Amino acid sequence: MVKVAVLGLQGAVREHVNAIEASGAEAVVIKRVEQLQEVDGLILPGGESTTMRKLIDKYGFMPELKRFAAEGKPMFGTCAGLILLAKRVVGYTEPHIGVMDVTVERNSFGRQRESFETELDIKDVAEDFSAVFIRAPHIVEAGENVEVLAKHNGRIVAAREGQFLGCSFHPELTEDNRLTSYFVRMVEESKQKTIV
Amino acid sequence: MRTGTDRVKRGMAEMQKGGVIMDVVNAEQAKIAEEAGAVAVMALERVPSDIRAAGGVARMADPTIVEEVMGAVSIPVMAKVRIGHIVEARVLESMGVDYIDESEVLTPADEEFHLLKSEYTVPFVCGCRDLGEAARRIGEGAAMLRTKGEPGTGNIVEAVRHIRKVNAQVRKVVAMDETELMTEAKLLGAPYETLLEIKRLGRLPVVNFAAGGVATPADAALMMQLGADGVFVGSGIFKSENPEKTARAIVEATTHYQDYELIAKLSKGLGAAMKGIEISSLTSETRMQERGW
Repeated sequence: MVKVAVLGLQGAVREHVNAIEASGAEAVVIKRVEQLQEVDGLILPGGESTTMRKLIDKYGFMPELKRFAAEGKPMFGTCAGLILLAKRVVGYTEPHIGVMDVTVERNSFGRQRESFETELDIKDVAEDFSAVFIRAPHIVEAGENVEVLAKHNGRIVAAREGQFLGCSFHPELTEDNRLTSYFVRMVEESKQKTIV
Repeated sequence: MRTGTDRVKRGMAEMQKGGVIMDVVNAEQAKIAEEAGAVAVMALERVPSDIRAAGGVARMADPTIVEEVMGAVSIPVMAKVRIGHIVEARVLESMGVDYIDESEVLTPADEEFHLLKSEYTVPFVCGCRDLGEAARRIGEGAAMLRTKGEPGTGNIVEAVRHIRKVNAQVRKVVAMDETELMTEAKLLGAPYETLLEIKRLGRLPVVNFAAGGVATPADAALMMQLGADGVFVGSGIFKSENPEKTARAIVEATTHYQDYELIAKLSKGLGAAMKGIEISSLTSETRMQERGW
């Protein structure tokens, strides 16, 4: 069984843990840098990206998260987590972890009153995925090696680039675990490769 | 595409978990709060301790202040309305405030009825002292709760009482036989459906923060340890001697609430916390927690 971690500094951590367990993997909540070494994949949850970034810096997570990515281990960012993964954030000169070849715009659907839920067709995952968007970002531009998995009204809201998976919405807020299961399979495949 | 659904409104509060929501009265304070790592700010005209000191009727903040704060930060902005004040709530909703607090810190506008929060697109947070109150607010459509404590006192004792009470009552409901739930609903004055949902989930169906008296990093960590999902800090930050440092320390203590060595370090050299008030020195009319039902 693979070990999938959730960065537990702030945000919807418990929901991701439930979804990971329901997808047949072991879930670990990470609050300390050392814990990163013992896991096969990492989910960066939804929450407030500015808060998470402060805590990431405070506890020296940044170099270790970059190393985790450089080792080829799968990472999945949801909402705020997608912002952390992106190489470019509209309106900011520096990215956060900056490993996934996408440009994202924060709060791009508007404020909370514009937050919504809708059904999405996600390639290789589901044709009827119920997706909850909360003050969500979207992918303005995706690099050539990025595969677009889902769009909503013409905007990219889910994408994959090799080991990196990112989405604008919150798969953890529903009982539909198909996207998390898709990520758990990415982690299983990646682990198998390193063993072989 | 649907806006303002329970899932969207409750989900917004889920994203705040493990975080600190700070009261601010202007753009400058809002920026300090964001910089310190607050997950949201509450835009107010005066913090609770000043409301307490000023006396008179406390109302929704001047929209200028709310707008100024909304323009200053990228994190969500909350604002307070008087209990039952439909128009204050609609005004804030029209301005695009991210969350409304129907709050006992302000003077109630309606002594009989709270807002029917399910009718709004904007989500609401409400105060509670026990599970009956919590469940009634959920029944009206609150998407987030906060235990009331006693605002503006810098005294944690009431906040402790309320979070312990709510969580003990939740545990009791979860352990109950379903046959017993209707009677429990009657005793608590709680909607039966909400108790059923609590039993099914094994917890409250919405996020529950602690509020009303948090003044130090240790206070914040205490509330987390007692089972709060996060913390509201009102007067505790900008009435302290060193707001920047206190704000950062409270954020860290909330994340690492069981790391006592870290909390010791964070608590060093913060300067004086807000002075604080002994609860027994308050008359019943000046206890904000008794507003609302």
